[in-house]
Amino acid sequence: MDPQPLVPPLVELLRHTSCGLAKDVLEALAAARDREEAGSRPHNTFALMLENVRRAREASVPVCQDTGTLIFYVDYGPEVSPFEVEDAIQQAVREATRLSYLRPNTVDSVSGKSLSDNVGLGSPHIHLHPQRSPGFRVRLMMKGGGCENVGAQYALPDSRLGADRDLDGVRRCIIDAVHKAQGFGCAPGTVGVCIGGDRVIGYTESKEQLFRPLQDRNPDAGLDALEQELTTSLNGLGIGPMGWGGKTTILGVKIGQRARVPASFFVSISYMCWAYRKGELRREGDRWLLDGEPLQPAPPQRSSLPLRVAS
Amino acid sequence: MPKTLELPLSEAAVRALHVGDEVLLTGTLVTGRDAAHKYLHSVAHDARFDEMVRGRLLYHCGPVVKKEADGSWRVVAAGPTTSIREEPYEADTIEAYGIRGVIGKGGMGPKTLAALQKHGAVYLHAIGGLAAVLGQCVTRVLGVYKLEELGPPEAMWHLEVKDFPAVVTMDAHGASLHAQMEADSAAAARRLMENNPHRA
Repeated sequence: MDPQPLVPPLVELLRHTSCGLAKDVLEALAAARDREEAGSRPHNTFALMLENVRRAREASVPVCQDTGTLIFYVDYGPEVSPFEVEDAIQQAVREATRLSYLRPNTVDSVSGKSLSDNVGLGSPHIHLHPQRSPGFRVRLMMKGGGCENVGAQYALPDSRLGADRDLDGVRRCIIDAVHKAQGFGCAPGTVGVCIGGDRVIGYTESKEQLFRPLQDRNPDAGLDALEQELTTSLNGLGIGPMGWGGKTTILGVKIGQRARVPASFFVSISYMCWAYRKGELRREGDRWLLDGEPLQPAPPQRSSLPLRVAS
Repeated sequence: MPKTLELPLSEAAVRALHVGDEVLLTGTLVTGRDAAHKYLHSVAHDARFDEMVRGRLLYHCGPVVKKEADGSWRVVAAGPTTSIREEPYEADTIEAYGIRGVIGKGGMGPKTLAALQKHGAVYLHAIGGLAAVLGQCVTRVLGVYKLEELGPPEAMWHLEVKDFPAVVTMDAHGASLHAQMEADSAAAARRLMENNPHRA
C-alpha cells in the first residue's frame, strides 16, 4: 500500500474535525441553550458557541485556536500497512498545519522550541489496533490543553473524598473532578471515565470513551444507571457554561472499565471541553466516509474572511 | 446591553466596572501567555512590551495566524487560553507595565485579585473555544514581538480589535465571580456525594 492516496482523506478528516463539531455535540449545546431563559447570560453564551461553530464551518477556520493534542485511533485489517498509515498521518498533519487548519501546537518539551509542522516525538499520537478482517477506520480526537489540564486520576481508597473501592467511590471521584474543573476546561464538558487498568491504560480508555455518541447507552446496566444519573445531577453544581453559572455543567458522562491488579484501583477521568472535536474516517470498498457521509471529492475551500490586515 | 470600552482605558473607567458587566472592547491590545509571562518575569523591564501594553489590555491567547503572500499576517482563530497558569506572574506584570486589564478564561486567584484592586485593573472573561468569532473581531495585526524565540502561539501579538465581547468576572473592588462559584459549587458537590441514589 502506498501512503499517498491516504493523505488527502486524512487532511480532510483534520479540516473537518478542527473546523466544526459533530451533530450530537451541536444538538446537546442547542438543548442546553434552550433550557436557559432567553436573554440570560448562559443563553447568550450557548448561542455564541453555536454561532462560532457555524462561522468556523462556513469559513473552514478552527473552532478553537487550541487545535489540541492530535490523537488518532486506527483500526486496520491485514491489507493495510501500519507503517504507511503512520507516514500518511504525519504527512496529513504537516499539510493541515500548512493550511492553518491546525495551529503549530507542538513544543519540544526540553528546548521549548515550537515545532512548525506539529510532527515531533510522540506527536501526532497514533494508537494502532490491528484486526483480522479487512477494513480501515481512523478516529481522530483533538484535545485542547485547557480541558486536558483538568483531567484527574484517583487511587482508591481516598479518605479525603470518603471514596472506597466501589461504584460509590467512583461516583465521588467524578463529582470531585467536575467540581475542581470549574470553568477552566471550557464547561460544559463531557467526562470520559475508566475504572481500573494501570495509570496508562486508565487514561487511554477514559479518552476512548469520549468517542461514544452523547446519546448512546452503556451496555453495563450499573454503569449506565450511574452515567444517566450523573449527566443530570452534576448540572446541580450550577457551574454553567465557562463557569459563569447556569443550568448545564456537563453534556455527558461515559464510563468504561479495564481489568486491574489487586493492589491498584485507579479512576481515570478525561474532561472534554464544549468544543468537543472528534471525527471518524472510514473506508468502505473504494469509497471514503467522513462521519458517516460520503467524502466530497474536492473539500470546500476556505472562504476569505472579512479582515483588513497590515504587515 | 454591553458597555463599549475604547482602549486605552483610564483608571477611573476601570474602577467603574463591576463583576457581571458585559463589555465590547475596541482598540489595540497585546497577547501574552505562558512563555511571555516567564520571559517578562526574567528581565528587569522590557521597553517594547511596555510601549504596546501600558494603559491597555493583556490577552491570554495563542492565535492561529497565517502569513499572506505579501508578508502581512492574518489572524485565523483567536480565543482565550486558561489564565490561572499565569497566577504566579500576573500581579507583578500588571504593576510593572501599568496594565489596565487581562482578558482570559477561567479566572485567576487571590494574588491577581489583590493586584487588580491595588493598581486599578480588571479581569475580562472571554468565551473559551470561541476562536472563529473572536478571530473575526481582530481587525488588524500591528506587529509581533519575539516570534522567532517563542513561536507563533507564545509570541506577543499586537492586535487591533473591534467589538470584542467579554464579561467582567473580577473587578477592581475585590469581587470575583470565580471565588463565589467555587464556594457555592463546593457545597453542592459535597451534598451530591453524600446523596447517592444508587446506594441501597
